[in-house]
Amino acid sequence: MGKRSVIPFGPQHPVLPEPIHLDLVVEDEKVVEAIPSVGFVHRGLESLVTKKDFNTMAYVAERTCGICSFMHGMGYCECVENMMGVEVPIRAKFLRTIWSEMSRVHSHLLWLGLLADGFGHENLFYQCWRIRERILDMLEMTTGGRCIFSVNQVGGVLKDIPDDMLKSIEEAITDIEAELKVVQKTLLYDYTVKSRLCGVGILTKEQAHDLGTVGPFMRASGIKSDMRLRGYDAYPYLDFEPITSDDCDCYARCDVRTREIFQAIDLIRQAIAKMPSETDLAVQVKDKPSGEYFMRVEQPRGEAVYYTKGNGSMFLDRMRIRTPTFANLPGLCETLKGADLADVGLLVITIDPCVSCTER
Amino acid sequence: MDNKCPENVLEVIQTSELLVKVMEKKKQGLRLAQACAAVTEGHTQLSYSFANDEDFGLTTLRIVLEDNEEVPSITEIIPYAFFYENEMKELFGVNIKMINLDYNNKLYRIEEDTPFLPKGKEEA
Amino acid sequence: MADKRFRIMNYAPVALKNLFSKPVTTTYPAEPFVYPERSRGHVDIDIDDCIGCGMCVRCCPPGALSVNKNAGTWTIDRFDCIACGFCVTKCPKKCLHIVPGYQEPGGEKTAVTYTKSPEVLAAEAKKREEMAKKAAEAKAAKEAAEKAKAAEATEKA
Repeated sequence: MGKRSVIPFGPQHPVLPEPIHLDLVVEDEKVVEAIPSVGFVHRGLESLVTKKDFNTMAYVAERTCGICSFMHGMGYCECVENMMGVEVPIRAKFLRTIWSEMSRVHSHLLWLGLLADGFGHENLFYQCWRIRERILDMLEMTTGGRCIFSVNQVGGVLKDIPDDMLKSIEEAITDIEAELKVVQKTLLYDYTVKSRLCGVGILTKEQAHDLGTVGPFMRASGIKSDMRLRGYDAYPYLDFEPITSDDCDCYARCDVRTREIFQAIDLIRQAIAKMPSETDLAVQVKDKPSGEYFMRVEQPRGEAVYYTKGNGSMFLDRMRIRTPTFANLPGLCETLKGADLADVGLLVITIDPCVSCTER
Repeated sequence: MDNKCPENVLEVIQTSELLVKVMEKKKQGLRLAQACAAVTEGHTQLSYSFANDEDFGLTTLRIVLEDNEEVPSITEIIPYAFFYENEMKELFGVNIKMINLDYNNKLYRIEEDTPFLPKGKEEA
Repeated sequence: MADKRFRIMNYAPVALKNLFSKPVTTTYPAEPFVYPERSRGHVDIDIDDCIGCGMCVRCCPPGALSVNKNAGTWTIDRFDCIACGFCVTKCPKKCLHIVPGYQEPGGEKTAVTYTKSPEVLAAEAKKREEMAKKAAEAKAAKEAAEKAKAAEATEKA
């Protein structure tokens, strides 16, 4: 038995865009235990709900995260809509689906870049982010913002995507698909990648279930579950299957996310093809919310839970956002057990941590 | 729209039943999706939601607390619940006993005690 | 464990192509960036159409706006504004617009105040005066009528 010592990891670390701290108990070069601690960027967004009225809150909820911002705004709005029994126009549902899938493409491309950077392939990181730029341009053209879109409101969406824009989105995703296929060759089938990712950070199917992991992290361990199958928005009209992998390691997580980009591109295509011709974008919401509801949406990082509770006034009693990273942290600590110290940075990256939205 | 998922279910239970019910849910193979606290009409209420990954059902166990009532920790049964419980303890001042990894109100590094409780309720 | 899927030198074609192609990035200040039409840069106001209802102030998420109805001014703290565009959708007179062009960084936070043009202010003051006059007249007439009624009542008695 080697000598035990504790090595602090983070909150500032080259692989981390956001602050998270891990106390790593190591024995020689192997990690024995990891104790996470968060809390460097707690903003208290949830308590703002008692000070801003429920319509304004949609814009605050959206600013929980900079990457899955659209999904946060949408999740909050759908939660309030379900609570009040408001039926959103069909076109708004399709538009929300298109924007969510575009967010997924941009989030996963960002993650692939970070992963490439994490395992030392700087150039691949440039390539991923270059491709991502194209989808950001499309988002800016349709919503007016590159990361924060501000197109959701309780009752529907604020902006329409006219046909010419739909056409340019279609062109853009075709280009992205072609470019991604080139990059994918390196990302998934290169020898260096194999020696860095295969067999690292294994989380078995049982462990993934017992630790309550969500999203691609869970699907890479072979659990076939996807909140989009729950049938919110326009997903019941689209045809797709959750993407899983049975390898359970870092390579599987990379593989699942890469294939999810292609799936998202396919879903955007389907949604554009099935776009209804109705022009209603939103319904007027006049009532004051009361009651409560739990809403779950599938974000790029996994399942997010929204809970809102109204009291019959303009101000809600409680809004709660359970972000995917919050659920994935226990899983991360499990994968870290028995890992090499040199792999810790890579393993932290593979759960796609979004620490600021974990703390809200 | 043929395969609509089941509606959310809400079960209001007593604090003493909590551990038994959580055990039951775990035996059914459900996953703890979230746990949170909320303050309504002067009472703190806790919600533990369990998700079924097969049929996408969501069952929520709800307990309403009296002032300063003690709640047993569910981390004995579901170890990864420690984040949720620490959060409830820190933001709402819920009196949770025996969390397996207790951050002692230092999960979020904030200065104020129980910032999410409405003003004037902290006295207890 | 030889896995047939994996090969070496997969990246070489991309690297070679990069070597001989133009850079993707542009020389930004020299080559200006064209914002799309919907770009949410900053909020603009047609101040003369504003009725000072305060709808935008109440709905603003960061609380960056303030309005003074009597002085005819509308103030925005551009460093607090998050350019969400909620005030634009809420404005009943549609005098707010969100236009491209981001707020430039600065040393300290400053607020910008828009004041209505003197002609509009004068017209509004005149209108208000007229309204006050009308109200006063109406009040006087009402009082007179009441007096007459009271007098009638006493006469009858």
